This record gives sequence, C-alpha cells and structure tokens, in this order.
Amino acid sequence: MINTFKAPVLTMIVLLIIGIALDLGLNAYIQLMVLYAIINAILAMSLNLVSGYTGQFSLGHAGFMAIGAYVSAYFSTRFPFFAGLGIIFTTVGGGLLAAFAGWLVGLPSLRLKGDYLAIVTLGFGEIIRVALLNMNALGGARGISGIPSFPSFLISYSYACAWAVICFFVIWRLVKSSHGRGFLSVREDEIAAQAMGINTTQMKVHAFVISSFFAGIAGAIFSHITNYISPSTFTFLLSVNVVIMVVLGGMGSMTGSITAAIFITAMPELLRSLQDITGIDLRMVIYSLLLIFVMILRPKGLFGESEITDVWRKYVRKSA
Amino acid sequence: MKKMIIALLAVLPLMTACTKKSNEILVGEFGSLTGNDATFGLSTNKGLRMAFEEINAAGGINSKKIKLITIDDQGKSEEAASAVTRLITQDKVVAIIGEVASGRSKAAAPIAQKYQIPMITPASTNPSVTQVGDYIFRTCFIDPFQGLVIAKFATQNFKSKKAALLRDVKSEYSVGLADVFAAEYKKMGGDLVSDLSYQGGDIDFKAQLTQIRSKNPDVIFIPGYYTEVGLIAQQARQLGIKVPLLGGDGWDSARLSEIGKEAVNGSYYSNHYTTESTDPLVVEFVKKFKEKYNETPDVMAALGYDAAKILAAAMTRTKELTPKNIRDELAKTTDYPGVTGKITINKDRNAVKSAVIVQVQGAERKFITTVTP
Amino acid sequence: MQDFIQHLINGISLGSIYALIALGYTMVYGILQMINFAHADVYMIGAFTAYYTAKWMGLENSPGLSTLFILLFSAMFVCSLLGLAIERFAYRPLRNSPKLNVLITAIGVSLFLEFTGQVVFGADPKVFPEVMKDFVISSFGGIDLKSSDVTVLGVSLVAMVLLNFIVQKTKMGRAMRAVSTNAPVASMLGVNTNRIISFTFIVGSSLAAIGSILVGMKYPKIDPLMGMMIGMKAFVAAVLGGIGNIQGAVLGALIMGLSEEMVVAYISSTYRDALAFGILIVILIIKPTGLFGKYAVEKV
Repeated sequence: MINTFKAPVLTMIVLLIIGIALDLGLNAYIQLMVLYAIINAILAMSLNLVSGYTGQFSLGHAGFMAIGAYVSAYFSTRFPFFAGLGIIFTTVGGGLLAAFAGWLVGLPSLRLKGDYLAIVTLGFGEIIRVALLNMNALGGARGISGIPSFPSFLISYSYACAWAVICFFVIWRLVKSSHGRGFLSVREDEIAAQAMGINTTQMKVHAFVISSFFAGIAGAIFSHITNYISPSTFTFLLSVNVVIMVVLGGMGSMTGSITAAIFITAMPELLRSLQDITGIDLRMVIYSLLLIFVMILRPKGLFGESEITDVWRKYVRKSA
Repeated sequence: MKKMIIALLAVLPLMTACTKKSNEILVGEFGSLTGNDATFGLSTNKGLRMAFEEINAAGGINSKKIKLITIDDQGKSEEAASAVTRLITQDKVVAIIGEVASGRSKAAAPIAQKYQIPMITPASTNPSVTQVGDYIFRTCFIDPFQGLVIAKFATQNFKSKKAALLRDVKSEYSVGLADVFAAEYKKMGGDLVSDLSYQGGDIDFKAQLTQIRSKNPDVIFIPGYYTEVGLIAQQARQLGIKVPLLGGDGWDSARLSEIGKEAVNGSYYSNHYTTESTDPLVVEFVKKFKEKYNETPDVMAALGYDAAKILAAAMTRTKELTPKNIRDELAKTTDYPGVTGKITINKDRNAVKSAVIVQVQGAERKFITTVTP
Repeated sequence: MQDFIQHLINGISLGSIYALIALGYTMVYGILQMINFAHADVYMIGAFTAYYTAKWMGLENSPGLSTLFILLFSAMFVCSLLGLAIERFAYRPLRNSPKLNVLITAIGVSLFLEFTGQVVFGADPKVFPEVMKDFVISSFGGIDLKSSDVTVLGVSLVAMVLLNFIVQKTKMGRAMRAVSTNAPVASMLGVNTNRIISFTFIVGSSLAAIGSILVGMKYPKIDPLMGMMIGMKAFVAAVLGGIGNIQGAVLGALIMGLSEEMVVAYISSTYRDALAFGILIVILIIKPTGLFGKYAVEKV
C-alpha cells in the first residue's frame, strides 16, 4: 500500500517546492503560463493514452475539456460551496460527465477504423461546441463569466499539480500493467489482437473513457484559472493544439507529452519578441510546419515511445 | 536532490523582471487589430494614437510622456483576457483602454477590476460591462438607450407596425441590443413578426431572409456587425426584400459599403456622432485625422480619441499618478467637450450622451436626426 | 409553399457548391485512401488568387465574361500547382506510412495554408470582385430563378458528368481505377502511379478553384479561414454519398445543402454546423460506406 503512493507523493513534494520558488520569483503573467503548462500537460497525457498507446486518433479532445469546464464553472458560479472546497466535487463531476461523453464516442469505434474514427471524434467535438452554443442556461454564445479563481497562485498550482500527478501515475501504471498491454496490442495490429482474444472494442472504449475523464478534469481547472469560458474557446483548433503536443512529444511517451506541453505553452512567449519585431503572429504557422516536418522526418516525435528514464539509461549510464 | 537544483536553475532566468523608465506613463490598449471586425480595433487605435501624440506634443502630463502599449486580441475573448493580464502584470500599465466589442470587454473587465487598474471602454454599449466593478468606465452610450432610439425612429419616422429582427447570437452586443429594441418596439405598439438569428462569421442568410420575407415586415432591424450586415443586405435585396434596414453602431465602418454595395444604400443606423456635424471640434478632428491617416475617421476612431483625451484629462487632475487616483478622477468627468458630444460620467460609470441616426449613401453617411437622452 | 420552393432553390444552390469541393475529396480518397484535409484550403487560395488577379489587373469593377475567364484560368492554374506541390512534398514521402501519419500531415498542411494566408493576406475579410452580373432567368409565382444559382448547379452537374466520363471511358480513367484498386499491381502492369496521382490532384484542385470563383460570385466575403467549415461539410457530403464515388459526392452534397437550408429556416440557424456532423455520425454508424458505396472487406 505504501509502495503505491511512494512515488506520487514524492513527486508532489518536489513539485510543491518548485511551486514555492515560482510563487516568490515570478510575476503573475508568467505564473499564469505555468498553470497553462500544467493544464496542457494533463491534456497531452490524456490524449496520449488514446492516440499514442491505443493508436486511435482523436480530434475531439476540446469537446471533453469543454464538458469538464462548463460543469465546474456552472456550479462554481451558482453555489458558493462549490467555489471553495467543493471544487473537488465539481472537478470530479466534470471529469465523470466528460468520461461518459468519451464512452459515447468510444461506442461507434466498433465499426469505425482509423480515418473515419478520427473524423467522428472531430464531429463529436464540434457537436458538443454547438450544443453549448445553444444552451442559454449555460450562457449560450456569451459563455460563463466571473468564474471564481483560486485564492492564490500556490493553491491553484498545487491543485493543478495534484491532478497532473494523479493523471500521470494512473495512465503510467495502467499502461505498464497487463491490461495496458491490451491497449498497445490494439495499436500494433488490431486484427491480430482480436485473433488472440482481446476485446479490442472494449480496449478502445476504456481508453476513450479514461482519456476524456482527465480532459474534463483539465477543463475544470482551466475554467477557474481563466475565469471566463465560452463555446468559442473549445474549437477544433484547440483539439489540434493538443494533437500537436502529443505528436511532437512522441505518441506513446508520457515524458514526451509533458515536455511538448511545456514547450508549446512557452513558445508564444518566446515568439513574442519575434512578433514584436515583425508585427505578425507566426505561432500557428510555425506549429503547422513543425507538424508536417515531424510527420515526414521524425514521425516518432521527440521521445518516440521511450521515456526519459530509457534515454537516461541509454546515454548517461555507461554500464549495460 | 540533483533534479531539484536543475529545476530551480531552469526557473531562475524567468525571475528577472524588466526595469521601466520612470518618466513615461504607460497606458495599455487591447483591441481587434485582426479578425472579422478588424476595422473596429484599427480605427480605435488610430484615434488613440492621434490623441496621445497631440497630448505628448503639448508637453504630456506634468511633463511626462504617455506611452501606448497595444496588444491585438485577434477578435477573440480569450486573447482579450490574456492581453489585459499581460498589460497589467508584465507591462505594468496604470490604465487600460479597450475594447469595442462588448463580449471582449466583458472578458477583460474582471481582470482589470481584480488588479484595480482603471479600464475605459470607448465603444462597448452593453450595460453589463461597467457593472463588473467600480474600476470599469465607458465613454459612450449604452444599449438600453440605443435600442430605445432605434425603436422610436422606426415607429415615428417609418410609422412601422410590423418589424423583423435578425440578431447575431455570437455577439453579446447584438443580443443585448436586440432584446432592448424588441421590448421598446412592442411598448410603442409595434408587432415583432419575426425574431431570427445568425452567427457572426456566417456567409449565407437566405434561409432566415426567406422566412422574414414571408412575414412581410415593414422594417428589418439587424443589430450586428458590418461584415455580416453587408452580406445580409445583399442577399435580402436578391430575394426581393425592399423594405428599409435598420441597425446600430456596429454598422459603422467603411467596409459596410464595400461589402454591401448598393444593397445597403438607403438603410439607417444609430451612431455616436456624424462627420457632417458643424461643431468646430468635430470639423477640426476630421481635418487632422484626414491629414494624418488619409482617411475619414469612423465612429470608433472618434470614440477612441475622446476616451484617450478623457483619460489624459483625468490624469492631469490627479495629484499623484496612481491607478486609484486616476479612477477617482475619471468618475468625476463632467461635461467634457468631446468630438462625439458632451460627455459626463454618471454614477454607473457610463457616459450620458446623445445619439444620431444616419443614412447610408454610398461611402457617405447622411445625417438624419439627433436624439438626446 | 412559395417559401418552401425558395428554400429548395437556396438549398440546391448551397449543395452545388459543396458538390464541387466534395468531388475533389472523393477523388483523392478513391485513389489514395486518404482524406486530403488541405483541399478546402486550396479552394481558399483559389478565391484569393482571383481576388489579387482582379486587383492587379484592375478588373475589380468590370464584370463580364472575359473577367470570368481570366479569373477562372488564374485560379485553376495556381490551385493545380498548389495541389501538385502538396502532393509531391507532403503526401508522397508518406505513401507507405501508417494512415494516421498522413492524416496528421494533411491537417498540418491545412493549418499551414490557413495561417500563412492570415499572415500574408491579413486576417480580416476581403471583398471578392464582381465577376458577372446576376440576372433573373425566369420568374414564377413571385420567386426569381437567379443566374448565379443556375450556374453553380449547372457547373457541378457538368463536372460530375465529365469526371464520370473520364473515369469510365478514357484510358486515363482506367489507369485511375487500376491505381485505386491496387496500386502496386497497377504499377507492375505499367501504370505510372505517380503521374496518375498527380493528375487526380490537378483535377481536384481545379474543381476547387472553379468552386471558389462561383462561391465568390454568390458570397463576396472571403477570408483565410473560409475553407474550414465548407471543407468539413463537403467532406461529410462525400462520405454521405460514398467516398470514392463521383455521383455519390454530388448527391450527398445536394442532400447536405438542402438539409442545412431546411434546418436553418425551420429550426434555428445555430444548428447549421452541427447538422453536418450529426449527419456524418449517423451515416457512419448506419451505413459507413455511404449511399452509393460498396462494402469493402479488410484484408489481413
């Protein structure tokens, strides 16, 4: 029992120490970037499960995020309890509802392969967005504004980190387990897996459910950091953003997803000086070029399927 | 242990803060310089820059020059919020001017309020913007007034009995103004025969217009932004709808006639000022603007100009240039002689001003009448 | 009743535009089994090419047949080149990669075109030049049949018939069918697969260019992101009709246009985009091969 929690708790402590340093040293804008990076990391890790490990391309991640965001925002703005400690309930609630949506998306996966499933996920994401656009109870096109924030950076940081750690360890341990090997088998050769008796549809549905759960969690945290959400925040472009992170980092590498998430969040800031000089926003142009080049030259992404520990072993430790 | 040190070292470079020159007053601006309603942001920016240049040329505020830092929000609310956060926390501005679209102003206002930096919106007309908090001001009229003006114009000048309404559900401004018009029009005895919607960014409105056509209204009110209005007008005329079209200040842009061409001619909309005014302030403003930018100023430029000048006037009145003092002085603005009229900031931090109705005639906007509150 | 007929005309007009773009999707999928996400952006480039050509040649305010042909030619030329370039540099290197990689690359190309367009052309909408004067062809019961609507439908049908003829009756078409059935074997039998694929892209891109001019005539507002939604809907139309099937693409597109018009007219305009995806999901669940598609067995 102790063993299960040793690694996560240690990681959390390290992150908290870094958090205190960040709290003292940085201005509010960069602190905001740090929070965005953590949210992006959760999104990337969750998408990695379904796209990287299970090989099912999902273009609708923004939709699941939206569900989590709206559920928690709705309760936080109406019932003060949920803006305080109750936020844990709404976050989990948002995650669960998003997971249910993920289940719905996973169902047709029995009959759909590859490209088609990807387009269906895109469709789902868009349908969720349009549904939100039409629900006047949730603000319609104007969205929900005035979502209460966390009392301080340290608290929002810790909350986000806690979920990131949970997300990481859940997915990591799941994939390393025997159940997890089922995911990989679906990616490698679905027909062979079926022939071996693995219920591939169930694998795919599981992957979607867990993945969308964490996407919903990310959305819930996100809404309390930006204080304003509207359907136009959760577009296809946002889904593509997460896809870029997963592809760049390496489909099947957790470290890759986290690294890419941090990189993609930091890039606009790094590019801002370029933007100030040229006066144009080249962010998306560079992203799309990166996507193309990575797919052609290094489809495995930065880390491929290995983790930082494997790289460590390969290049740092001399002994075999 | 090693991991921690590496992490800390990585974070160090981010901790350096930039130093700021202390003889400059930093004012932030956020607006839609690109995107579907780009002319709004671009015009406001031109008006602001011209105003601040004039002030700086005349010596600045207590011999300090004003520096305008502008961030483009690309017409998106999330970017607006992010831009304002950056302006306040990183660029450390003492005041913010923005935005035109009520939806985007609303996204940014809570942030300005939280950090207690005064924010002036030069053109957002939805009442909820200033309700966010006591640091949020506006220097234009609000939609409850604008909707009333248009409803009055419809019933009195057109003797309208049956009106159709076509609103942009993606825009907080459009929905708010539509609701006010609907309520006022019905109060005045009119019959709202059709209330349909579209989404900002749509290009095809034939379905909605066909429905409207069948109800035979005598006017159609379209409280949207100029790009869509231009297309709607064209398609309405193509479907044989000949009745006059009415609109709000979201119509005001040179692009309206570029996109709508002959279809918009003869239509009317309410606005904050008219370039035809004989008021010497307006004449002077239009002349200087034309000299500087080689184009006629639209209403956003005029509103931006006034907002900048009102801010500067408030700054001059403060003993010490802190955001709080600026805020207090802004609230005291009374009878400021602006290009867009005499401006007094009331206790709701809105401006009490009159509206004009203009008619579209090619690239010109012919003045029809003024309505005072 | 009069309104219903007007809605029918509007819907078919809308559908014809989707048809021209859907043909491009369906042809590329038929040959390469890939979804060319960038197709709609080639269409966007066509519209902008026409815009800038008109500007540089001073044709903005001179509608007429010669303007039409000049703009058509320039747009088709540029789009074909662009289509060729995309195929050569982005898709050909991935010919033997997993399908997902190609899909991601296609998305990358699409985004690249859109955002480079924003940088180069500016993100705010531009006004398409007037190409031909719109006139009434016939009038009945208070409804006008406009030349622009008839032209679009006519062009789509002509394109469909022409394409069908090419694919079924010509040598090139036979080669195309061979490549789409089994590319390695086709090349062993002497078919230059690369050339066939390039030809397919040229035809698809040219159709997109024609579509962009026709759309510009009807809806004069163009902006770099104009391809996104139209592309999605045209793609759904192709799937609805049976992807890879030419008549299916046109039929699917007409159905899409009509249903979109009806939903906006009788329900609400906010559902217009979701409808497309709703149709997609329903068809993929009920009959994934589309209305005219054939059931294909996946070989191991």
